Amino acid sequence: MALLQISEPGMSTDPHEHRLAAGIDLGTTNSLVATVRSGVAETLPDGKGRHILPSVVHYGPDGVLVGHDAKRRAALDPLNTIASVKRLMGRGIDDLKTLDGHVPYDFVPGEGGVPRIRTARGEVTPMEVSAEILRALRARAEESLGGELSGAVITVPAYFDDAQRQATKDAAALAGINVFRLLNEPTAAAIAYGLDKGQEGVIAVYDLGGGTFDISILRLSKGVFQVLATGGDSALGGDDFDRAIAEWIMQEAGIAGDTDHGRMRQLMMDACAAKEALTDSDETELRIRMAGDQVWNGCMTCEQMNCLIDPLINKTLASCRRALRDAGVTADEVLEVIMVGGSTRVPRVRERVGAFFGREPHVDIDPDRVVAIGAALQADVLAGNKPDEEMLLLDVIPLSLGIETMGGLVEHIIPRNTTIPVSRAQEFTTFKDGQTAMALHVVQGERDLVDHNRSLARFTLRDIPPMVAGAARIRVTFQVDADGLLNVTAVEQTSGAQAGVEVKPSYGLSDSEIEHMLRDSMSHAHEDMEARRLREQQVEADRVIEALDAALAADGDALLAADEREAIGRARDDLVAVRGDPDPEAIRKAIRAVEKASEGFVARRMDASIRKAMAGHKVEEFQ
Amino acid sequence: MDLDFSRNHFELMGLPVAFDIDRAALDEAYRQLQGKLHPDRYAQAGDQERRLAMQGSAWVNEAYATLKDDTRRARYLLTLHGVAFDEERDTADDPAFLMEQMELREALEEAPAEADPLGRLDSLSADINARRQGLSDQLSESLDAGRLDEAKALVLKMRFYDKLRDEARRTAERLEDELP
Repeated sequence: MALLQISEPGMSTDPHEHRLAAGIDLGTTNSLVATVRSGVAETLPDGKGRHILPSVVHYGPDGVLVGHDAKRRAALDPLNTIASVKRLMGRGIDDLKTLDGHVPYDFVPGEGGVPRIRTARGEVTPMEVSAEILRALRARAEESLGGELSGAVITVPAYFDDAQRQATKDAAALAGINVFRLLNEPTAAAIAYGLDKGQEGVIAVYDLGGGTFDISILRLSKGVFQVLATGGDSALGGDDFDRAIAEWIMQEAGIAGDTDHGRMRQLMMDACAAKEALTDSDETELRIRMAGDQVWNGCMTCEQMNCLIDPLINKTLASCRRALRDAGVTADEVLEVIMVGGSTRVPRVRERVGAFFGREPHVDIDPDRVVAIGAALQADVLAGNKPDEEMLLLDVIPLSLGIETMGGLVEHIIPRNTTIPVSRAQEFTTFKDGQTAMALHVVQGERDLVDHNRSLARFTLRDIPPMVAGAARIRVTFQVDADGLLNVTAVEQTSGAQAGVEVKPSYGLSDSEIEHMLRDSMSHAHEDMEARRLREQQVEADRVIEALDAALAADGDALLAADEREAIGRARDDLVAVRGDPDPEAIRKAIRAVEKASEGFVARRMDASIRKAMAGHKVEEFQ
Repeated sequence: MDLDFSRNHFELMGLPVAFDIDRAALDEAYRQLQGKLHPDRYAQAGDQERRLAMQGSAWVNEAYATLKDDTRRARYLLTLHGVAFDEERDTADDPAFLMEQMELREALEEAPAEADPLGRLDSLSADINARRQGLSDQLSESLDAGRLDEAKALVLKMRFYDKLRDEARRTAERLEDELP
């Protein structure tokens, strides 16, 4: 610890150690982890040289299996083998009806709208299933890098709503991963391509994965990736191709619609195999096992398959049109089209996307790995390993945020494709004398009626000072952070009273539920919760001290009076003193004290950096 | 403790306080500021700095969104000059203009029933944009000449076109969703 630095300004801080960081592509069908080593981003293989980890978890009597081993159990033990769990993230039990058939598990309605799946190892939530996958990827990264990960960038479909993003972040917390950032998959792909080629101009990223479709329109300029618009469908992907093909096979072979789970799984696999066979041949033989020992032999042509999948591709192209319109660009203005996701291997998809944009799409980087590679590049930057990197991502909110008003209508507060982070305030008033509480229902989506949008959460504002009806002016601020997650605060304007905001997520876990699950998973992994807390606070303490020392060395002289500097120095020294204590709470308090002492300094530095950024821009005069 | 939010959006972006704007300079200033303030630049900093960075970054986003749209820019400029807007009561009261608005709105409503609905919507949108641009040019003159009341009336009219433009877009989206 550089204790003396505070009294020796101008001395540079220690060259900071290289932090281990990873990019994780948490996919519907497959997941990958990648990292930057010696300046090159690469996906990491398992012990057997396999890069792809199937996003499948098997809950058996002897333990939990993840990946290839779990996938092998799918046909034999379908109810205990959870695949495509990404489709369930941030969804409620009511949504499962629309996903009927895609996810043939045994559901138990849970508290707070979160569905639970009954398995041989008890009930699990989608977040816990995802956490198993993330844990396996984290272990792979730490083994291969030989150390503890300082954090990771996890990718999500650009079209994910707040609940789906929050569910992903919760899964990461359960897996003990520090999330630097949730990154949109198409943006990650653009990074992987953009940095390689130093492109400038408008690009479209067409991402068709196993279960989700995303289209993003970005403008690349001088290392800045500005997302202009994004759109898509969080429940449309290659699995739907398989499903359409499976239904065709069932019809041809005369298999009844109410066939059992295991056989359905087998049919989906046969359909997927047929789809893959048709990527480089015009027709393929089908051998389908029927009830008993019978086998049905058939044949499928490329043309037949194209007819089945064309309506699905049409849906994706409608989203493309919408995204272009939102971005305010035409298809001609798009300079490059990048293809992402395993489903873009289907020749028909490439053909139709190429025709839509009027140019041959890029497929140079493996469409299965490109997202993880981009995430790894971004993780490396966010870990602070590339201090001179100019790369910056400016992302947007994919779906409008609104609140319920009279008559079940929605009033939009933040329209879709607004650049994040964003903060918008709205004023409300009371309608009864002496009213001290008020409820807000926040929804996400584009439709006019509340019922047609996704319910995100219900917020209850309390502690409003009692006044006559209409006199209170409650200013509610909706803030969406760089991860696309919403936060709501409220202040009564006339009295300045902070209203308490209680959140009840519609489809999420409460903090106490996460805590509880974390405890369970810790005891499961023989890790001690307290030890983990302590470690977290120590890491945070080191981070705060390092950042403060660097800030003081750079700007302490210019921006601080002697007494201010002394106060900051005292708080810092106190933190250094308790950092080694075994009490996480004491460290947390010392960190807060440092933050409190230095808050004015931090704000002044940021203001100074704004002024510096604008220094070259001063125009003749301000009126 | 907060950042110094006292600068107006033009000052923040290093631009002269005027309606006509150098779009390239605005874009460049925006990128520069986000380069300094975006929360990703503070991924390894303490909670407090990250919170401030988020506020600062949101502020810059708001300034950029306000300045790059001509209706919002004009309205903001008028507010800086002390012209007040009343969301409830302010509206356009020119009968000829309101009649034109009604006709355009009817045309939009009827578009889905036309032979080539999307083509019809495209040409209506082009018409709306052209009329809107005409107002924007007038607005520039009024503001330059300091005729603030006239400028306010023009801003109110432009908002009618903004709404029509949104309506045209939503109608097109609905039609596309219904395509086979």
